Amino acid sequence: MIRLTTPITEDQIRQLKVGDEVLLNGRVVLSRDMGHKYMKEQKPEWLKPILENMVIYHCGPVVKKNEDGTWSFVAAGPTTSIREEPYQADVIDTYKVRGVIGKGGMGKKTSEGLQKTGAVYLHATGGAGSLLAERCKRVVDVKMLEEFGSPEAFWIIEVEDFPLVVTMDSHGGSLHEIVAQKSQERAKVLTA
Amino acid sequence: MSECVIPTLTSSEVVASKSVLPEGWKADLSNLKGLDLTQPMLELLRRSTSRLPQDVIDALVKGRDAEEEGSRAFNTLNDMVRNIILADGHVTPLCQDTGSIIVWVRHPFGLSQRAAKQQIRAAVVEATKRSWLRPNCVEALSGKNTGTNMDPFHEHHPSIHFEEWDKPEVEISVMQKGGGCENVGAQYRLPDATLGAGRDIKGVRKCIIDAVVKAQGQGCSPGILGVAIGGDRVTSYEKSKELILRKLGTSNPDPKMDAFEKEIVNDLNTLGIGPMGYGGNTTVLGVMAEEMYRHPASFYVSISYMCWSSRRGSITLKTNGEVSFD
Repeated sequence: MIRLTTPITEDQIRQLKVGDEVLLNGRVVLSRDMGHKYMKEQKPEWLKPILENMVIYHCGPVVKKNEDGTWSFVAAGPTTSIREEPYQADVIDTYKVRGVIGKGGMGKKTSEGLQKTGAVYLHATGGAGSLLAERCKRVVDVKMLEEFGSPEAFWIIEVEDFPLVVTMDSHGGSLHEIVAQKSQERAKVLTA
Repeated sequence: MSECVIPTLTSSEVVASKSVLPEGWKADLSNLKGLDLTQPMLELLRRSTSRLPQDVIDALVKGRDAEEEGSRAFNTLNDMVRNIILADGHVTPLCQDTGSIIVWVRHPFGLSQRAAKQQIRAAVVEATKRSWLRPNCVEALSGKNTGTNMDPFHEHHPSIHFEEWDKPEVEISVMQKGGGCENVGAQYRLPDATLGAGRDIKGVRKCIIDAVVKAQGQGCSPGILGVAIGGDRVTSYEKSKELILRKLGTSNPDPKMDAFEKEIVNDLNTLGIGPMGYGGNTTVLGVMAEEMYRHPASFYVSISYMCWSSRRGSITLKTNGEVSFD
């Protein structure tokens, strides 16, 4: 088990390989479909200090507003990452993001982006909304809540021992590609 | 992290004690015009969002125990079980994607569908306020979230199907269908030259295998498949979703289809996709297939993919006033 705390350096990221289990600590920024389109098309400056050497989490949480005006996460597992495939590599490069958390894996373009910038794709267990919300300890801030709505907003949170597996590394390795290839071969046998 | 987690949920007494229905609440079916489904619907949503059906839990545990202890597949299924226990204990959503809300109402003659629709919508709004549901209803082009889970046109969300039946009871079933798994559903038109799939059961099998391979872990495997064979583009897809309401481990009433389901489950579990696409022996938990009628020129195979967190439930209001949950 590897413990990592954000911000993360490129050197730390280059050491990670597919299959490594990671416990992530520190700040993480949530963003999904609307956020990625916005980051790629508008490249907002204000996000640069928030995202540099940080980790993006593909997640649209269920949130609760507490009586004192602060927010809590009630359920917060990953959403399917492949929808961000057209944007992810550019976002990683523009903002020097070091990691992307999601589920289901991403494609070739993102893999190339990970290699170029020095970043990894970290897989979280999909559907484990309750389990993962327990590791989201504090909501630090939220941006674009009005404009995007709560599932799509940029939630800035602090996580503690957030359990992840490296499934795409910065050297071109991808567990998703291996599993996909094997299953395609098996399917050929089954349908022969 | 790798010890076998035992899925012990809170007792039915504890569940009942947390109910939103006032103690002793009874349905008065002798006065269908005065019947208010809001509270029973809200209680149904409270349960479906936080408490996974026992047959799904059993299937996940069976899958876990078929994986090598300590493997990623084993640990992932174990985490799923942990999550099930937590959500039930806290009465919080099992998954942050609380899905599209699909409702089936079966009722005797005399119930106002218009009133029932309003009451069901009110329950969905309240469940959203209580953070049991995420606001999942956005305008198509702008992506603007209504914040309440309500489609202002009263058409698409929540999606409510009504059917009048001969029985005196009222039954409401709900499904919370996540977006990730909805996106990996597929509809095929046979014959399909690319797949080499003809208009027969072998062709249907090829479609199912193709859909599962394309889905990989993106629909949150191990999945549950509803497969409708026949119908038209709409009725076929609709049926494929309804099929997912069937309990895992129950037999298909059609013996031919039942044998087909069992065989295809075994085949799919040799694909090696595994939980969340990490690799492993548990790619699907079940397949529910049904043959429909079709236009002679059309042959559709519609596949709905449900994630492992198959949130569904039903409530029956009986003539003696009793309310039962399943």
